[in-house]
Amino acid sequence: MQHIISLLVENHQGVLARIAGLFSGRGYNLESLTVGVTMDPTVSRITLVCGGDDVIIEQIKKQLNKLIDVIKVIDLTSQLAVDRELALVKINAKPNQRGEIFQVADVFRAKILDVGMNNMVLEITGTSSKINDALAILQPYSIQEVARSGLVAMERGKKFK
Amino acid sequence: MKISGSQLVIEALKKEGVEIIFGYPGGSVIPLFDTLYSEPSIHVVLTRHEQAAVHAADGYARSTGKTGVCLVTSGPGATNTVTGLATANFDGVPLVVLTGQVFRSMIGNDAFQEADIVGISRPVTKHNYLVYDRKDLGRIFKEAFYIANSGRPGPVLIDLPKDVLLEQAEDEYPESVHIRGYNPTLVGHSRQIKRIAAAIKTAKKPLFFIGGGVNAAGAAPVFTKIVEKTNIPVIMSLMGIGSFYSGHPLNLGMVGMHGTYAANMAVQDCDLLIGIGTRFDDRVTGKLDTFAPHSKIIHIDIDPAAIARNVPVEIPVVGDAKQILEELLPLLEAPPAKEWIATVKNWKEEHPVTFKDDSEFLSPGKVITAISEQFPDAIIATEVGQNQMWAALYYSYSRPRTLITSGGLGTMGYGFPAAIGAQLGNPGKKVIDIAGDGSIQMNIQELATAVQEELPVIVAILNNGYLGMVRQWQELFNDKRYSSTCLMRKPSCPHHCTGPGKWCHHYTVDFVKLAEAYGAAGLRVTKPDEIEPALNEAGKSTKYPVFIDFIIEREANVWPMVAPGASLNQVLLGKEKE
Ligand SMILES: Cc1ncc(C[n+]2csc(CCOP(=O)(O)OP(=O)(O)O)c2C)c(N)n1
Ligand SMILES: [Mg+2]
Repeated sequence: MQHIISLLVENHQGVLARIAGLFSGRGYNLESLTVGVTMDPTVSRITLVCGGDDVIIEQIKKQLNKLIDVIKVIDLTSQLAVDRELALVKINAKPNQRGEIFQVADVFRAKILDVGMNNMVLEITGTSSKINDALAILQPYSIQEVARSGLVAMERGKKFK
Repeated sequence: MKISGSQLVIEALKKEGVEIIFGYPGGSVIPLFDTLYSEPSIHVVLTRHEQAAVHAADGYARSTGKTGVCLVTSGPGATNTVTGLATANFDGVPLVVLTGQVFRSMIGNDAFQEADIVGISRPVTKHNYLVYDRKDLGRIFKEAFYIANSGRPGPVLIDLPKDVLLEQAEDEYPESVHIRGYNPTLVGHSRQIKRIAAAIKTAKKPLFFIGGGVNAAGAAPVFTKIVEKTNIPVIMSLMGIGSFYSGHPLNLGMVGMHGTYAANMAVQDCDLLIGIGTRFDDRVTGKLDTFAPHSKIIHIDIDPAAIARNVPVEIPVVGDAKQILEELLPLLEAPPAKEWIATVKNWKEEHPVTFKDDSEFLSPGKVITAISEQFPDAIIATEVGQNQMWAALYYSYSRPRTLITSGGLGTMGYGFPAAIGAQLGNPGKKVIDIAGDGSIQMNIQELATAVQEELPVIVAILNNGYLGMVRQWQELFNDKRYSSTCLMRKPSCPHHCTGPGKWCHHYTVDFVKLAEAYGAAGLRVTKPDEIEPALNEAGKSTKYPVFIDFIIEREANVWPMVAPGASLNQVLLGKEKE
């Protein structure tokens, strides 16, 4: 099953290599990885999406925890988290197709970032599955390029009773 | 007052209680060696290869429990440490390895003798550092020593750019250390410990299984008390040997591929297996699905990642083995296991570890048994292969930290430099490397180090003219196709040689002459009645190493054996038994 793991790590050089190396060296499957600094400039947050059965996921979390530069490992695989991904999509768009594409963009609340003579660039934000859906719908227009950010995720606040 | 980076490093080493460093100089570490030149409290041992420096520091650390320290130059000096680091990392040995690095401004430029050793060593160290900033130097050393010898110990590498060593700064070595991402769990969960006591109380067929963690945690004395109180039989991994007295009637010996009949049968029949400080590695478990089929498993280990990785665990406890066992001891009662104890003792008597006692050929079992009798309180280092398994099976260990062997990585060439390190850490003890003729040649240059340091290390070469362990597999599983395992082979030999014959050539090298060429003593033993006199002779040395070339039966095998992929109760006892 797919898991979203959020890490708080020391903001040093080399930390990313340790994490990527852990996955490649132990043969774990890593689907996406994003990094950014937190409000504390000495701490970065890394969001990982990885796959594996429960035993493997448990091992992945333990191995991540063993890394000295990893401060905290949080498994966000539950309803208690919000997650988003961003994709930039460049599609072939002849002038007569633009209208249709605007409509599709509207359905997915995508932004039009650029319109050229024969193509357009859309920005789509949402869960990974929403982005997959949008890409499937846009497929007939011939997609030239896709750049996906990888997932970022965060725990929700406590619910009001 | 301002001091150089080098001066701070030496200050750090002194504050950490370092008395000995194993090293090899080069351009980028000249400043550090220069500072060491005027430091009388630190003995610098010049090995003849950086790999050996790391193994020597490792042997020193395993035999004393202190952190071993190495110092090597950048580039090739640093890359030569990799096998040593991997060996130590696998077996959880505390080391701090200092490597030189080019000037910070040159890093990334493919400068002369530049190597990205932090990148290269990342997967084979517990942690590593490149010091970018002179002001971080003290903190990094403090952290490195703390990380190396706490939690599950391991090697830590610090890469030191030359200009950091030269840079002057106003600083002192820090007194304390805090790492927010590193807080090893030492104290075991009390409720879990109570559950262990309850499980033991009702078990009919309980079995202790100890690993290297018992040695490392200094838990051997409390563990012995626990066995005496509960009368539960004990098996061990290779790394656990020494933690429990070999001669004890409840000691069933080593388990696994070359484990004893009794230990392997006991695992397969027990109803409660209490693993302490062991990884349940594949050389131990044999076929995983059939490992300990009737047993609940309790697992005590300092490393959360080791728990429940290979076998399903009923009661996991993370923490320091010594602390946990001390908490457990007063809670324990002897289980109702009289019948079980009788059964295991019976297995032990039925198939003890024996050897063929031949008057003509030297059997390795006979050689090691003689070593055990002659030097009962020795520190035994081993190389890797058959020699290692024979050393584990035939020597009678009575104290922790007396078997120094590369368990996880299985590094040929480890034993001799490790023995040198162990001898330096234990000047009053007899240190013996039980070696194979193949492995010893992987760090044979360390004869020079041993001679120069005046160390009376004995190297007992079990010379079978083969890479014997590989040959044994070829004999058993590849139809005696001895491909690239004969060390006596020359072009005139039969292309498909299936064993020794009249075509065999002289052995290369003559170990006796080689030892003598280095200024060490060399002895050769070809007949059983020469064993004792040779050991007597070797034991007389107090100042120089002695090589003994034991010409053993060429195709002797290690028995018992559980074939790879088989279940542990399918113990092959060997043709000697038939
Ligand atoms: C560095 C290294 N290379 C290769 C091996 C594979 N290997 C394991 S045992 C062995 C044979 C060792 O021969 P020797 O030292 O003569 O010991 P013997 O088995 O004959 O006692 C080999 C080649 C290893 N363990 N380590
Ligand atoms: Mg050999």
